[in-house]
Amino acid sequence: MTELKETEVPKQKSGSVADVKYAFHLLKENPLVIFGFIISVGSMLVAVFAGFIVDPNTWKHVDLSMRLCWNNPTFNWGIVNVFNCAGPVYALGTDSYGRGVLEMIILGIPLDLQIALEVVASAVFVGVVFGGVAAYAGGVLEEIILRITDIFLAIPGILLAIVLLVILGRSFNILTLAVAITWWPTYLRLMRSQVLSEKEKPYVESLRAMGAGPSRILFRHVIPNSIYPIFVQATLDIGGVILTVSALTFLGFTPSPLIPELGNLANDGIRYLFTAPWLILFSGLTILIISLGFNLLGDGIRDVFDPRLRR
Amino acid sequence: MLRTSFQSQKEVLSIRNLNVRFHTYAGDVKALDGVTLSVRNGEILGLVGESGCGKSVTSLAIAGLLPQNAEVVSGEVVLGGTDLLKMKKTDMRLARLRDIAMVFQDPMTYLNPVLPVGLQITEILTDDPRLFVQALIDNRLGQLHQGSLGKVEEQERKRLESQLNEGRLSKQELNRLAKAYATSMLKLVRLPEPERVFKMYPFELSGGMRQRAMIAMALVRRPKLILADEISTALDVTVQAQILKLLTELKEKIDTSVILITHDLAVVAEVCDRVAVMYAGNIIEVAEVEELFRNPLHPYTKGLLGSIPNPDAAGQELKSIKGSVPDLIYPPNGCRFHPRCPEKFDNCSKQKPRLLEVNPGHFVSCFIFGG
Repeated sequence: MTELKETEVPKQKSGSVADVKYAFHLLKENPLVIFGFIISVGSMLVAVFAGFIVDPNTWKHVDLSMRLCWNNPTFNWGIVNVFNCAGPVYALGTDSYGRGVLEMIILGIPLDLQIALEVVASAVFVGVVFGGVAAYAGGVLEEIILRITDIFLAIPGILLAIVLLVILGRSFNILTLAVAITWWPTYLRLMRSQVLSEKEKPYVESLRAMGAGPSRILFRHVIPNSIYPIFVQATLDIGGVILTVSALTFLGFTPSPLIPELGNLANDGIRYLFTAPWLILFSGLTILIISLGFNLLGDGIRDVFDPRLRR
Repeated sequence: MLRTSFQSQKEVLSIRNLNVRFHTYAGDVKALDGVTLSVRNGEILGLVGESGCGKSVTSLAIAGLLPQNAEVVSGEVVLGGTDLLKMKKTDMRLARLRDIAMVFQDPMTYLNPVLPVGLQITEILTDDPRLFVQALIDNRLGQLHQGSLGKVEEQERKRLESQLNEGRLSKQELNRLAKAYATSMLKLVRLPEPERVFKMYPFELSGGMRQRAMIAMALVRRPKLILADEISTALDVTVQAQILKLLTELKEKIDTSVILITHDLAVVAEVCDRVAVMYAGNIIEVAEVEELFRNPLHPYTKGLLGSIPNPDAAGQELKSIKGSVPDLIYPPNGCRFHPRCPEKFDNCSKQKPRLLEVNPGHFVSCFIFGG
């Protein structure tokens, strides 16, 4: 028998270093993703170093003589202040307690980001695991998991969170828990639909033919193949969680109205929309930019990490 | 034209009177109707027939991978002394892991797109680490190739054995062994630069390379039986030839049996030792390749061979078998081929012919030959 000729390998670099390089190459090609990357990493850096940038106790210093001031000489815009406002200069004005808006926003970012990441991470975890198991196992188990999800979906999210907060008390940990409990059903349903279509693919049959067990097929093959829409949904939800948390704090589920939480600040600003628009403007913009940044990053993450999109 | 005395050869797999039905809304599809088949040690058995005749159902039934709506009405599938159909689900999974491997038609879709090829192979090995390491120690896997594990040194083997017995074989060690072995397997199926291919994703490989990777995955456990379902159909002709040649070579090297499912008679003539012809859920003729091509007995086989385009007969009309494949929800009575058979007589529509040995090693199921 004649020796077979070896086939050609496409000339392409492989390996982890090359992978990372290639990921950066893809990032470079998409300026929006870089934008998202900078914002999300930047906001995380601000969150980590907030205590060093601003004295973490600033929020406790209430000075009513300095409330609702815009005394930034660089951008004076001809605003006439209602109150006296003779004192230190605040870059972004002051809120209704006489504290600097910029300082409050910097102190608010870590709190909001922490809550948002905790809620989304736990919702993704529960959704992916139980949604995946429900779809893959089918039968009675699927019914049980889905009906429980239905119960949670039937109650309006905010209402459920309020009930939990009333029962369990007011703290940001409990707030996080309450929001997380209302947040996972979306992920479970999304994951289930993904796995349902993914588990019929030929490679799953081939794995079964090779004697792979159900847990290995599900967790190592099917879930990694169907998780990318979840990533996108998760990054979209970072902003959503911040908004929900701010809605809850607006309703009074906060240990103190003074606490510098972005939603808290924005809600404070609603009352002074026409007299002190900077209040809602900057806190709202911060929420917008952070959610937008994570969104753009989420899209980019899929483009970079999904090997199927690398053709 | 018997090369060896078949009576003395051991049977790896024997299927007896296998009946499979699919429950559908339109009615029960009698997909397999008393399939009887045996595969001998170290042979390539070709399973041929037109689309929908039950070739793939047979292979799925062997692997225990029939879809939910299928029911095995009767019959047995004996592999190495045990009836696979009577096995529990978990045992069947282990049987698939150890003894039966499948290679599928379309290498594009049968590999996980988001996992490098190499990892998909090592996974099969590390799924049952004890079995893998034991096989390495026994040198069952080692003698296959000349890679880094080609000769597991005596010292190395002793070390592995003691580690295995004391249950302190580390994960890294196991992964290293699996990786080395998987790489050598990739080399064995003639993938160039196996270390690099190991890290590549399926989409980075060509169709032929993917099919080689699939074969490596099938061979990695040294199965007793490989079910190759139309493995060359999706590939172009030159690659087809390479893959088939590879399969025959490897089969000899690792001493396993292959059921090659195909509708391409040229492929059968090239690589198979014996052929079983299927029609509408029945095995109608089984013979050695040369015997079948020289002396086809069943009218369907004759028709099948007659309908191959022949360059010598250019200009003449291409023959075909008249009629069409029967609806298996309402299969014809008696011999399922009789409505299309040019040589039918009264008895054909009344009774079902039996599969009889007409010449040594040549079985046929037709009343013309006694039935």
